[in-house]
Amino acid sequence: MSETIKKFMYLNRRAPYGTIYAWESLEVVLIGAAFDQDVSLAFIGDGVYQLLEGQDTSESDMKNFSTTYKALGDYDVTKLYVEKESLEERGLTLDDLMPLTWEDEDDDWAEKDSIRLVSRAELADVLDDQDIIYSF
Amino acid sequence: MSTLHTVNKSPFEKNSLADCLGYAKEGSAVLMYEDGVYGAMKGSTVAEKVAAATGVKFYALGPDLKARGISQEKLAEGIEVVDYAGFVSLAVENDKVSAWV
Repeated sequence: MSETIKKFMYLNRRAPYGTIYAWESLEVVLIGAAFDQDVSLAFIGDGVYQLLEGQDTSESDMKNFSTTYKALGDYDVTKLYVEKESLEERGLTLDDLMPLTWEDEDDDWAEKDSIRLVSRAELADVLDDQDIIYSF
Repeated sequence: MSTLHTVNKSPFEKNSLADCLGYAKEGSAVLMYEDGVYGAMKGSTVAEKVAAATGVKFYALGPDLKARGISQEKLAEGIEVVDYAGFVSLAVENDKVSAWV
């Protein structure tokens, strides 16, 4: 039986820390990545807060899992869509997010941006093209 | 009667902050903590509503801001940062606490 690669989309809609959703999403993403599928993540609504630069939980007795996003590139998870409208509503720009990159082995290990800034309409098309969507 | 209102939900996910602002009278205090601290950021569509609440003093819990990567320069004007001891002081200084969970 031939291996079928499916397009998996993990839709991140909630802020980190207040609930367990963001962390659980990351856990599932890493499991999915181990099965060599075509994995994408999207950050909409409060989900964009997950990528804010400078998270520091040293005073609040919680695990700072924000560094995990920086490791996604090593698991070939290189498509992170961030919705423009969600950033704007929250007074944020790309500069407020942590830089996330991956190394392209087919291009002499060139460092490339993982974050793709898209409009809601563009993201709707991306979602339409997926085989499976998990919403967190 | 002075009241300390506490808000711990994101203003974009729940209407807790909006409800709170509708009931917070002059002279009362609003403390944002947990995901409520996103209501303390400047430049958002919520910031205008917070700024419009005259006579209400706003506080945000420092450790929760820090965890979420919200530095001092990302805060809206007029938001005072407090630590856990400050949270307790606010609860003691006011006549009662109204928790908009």
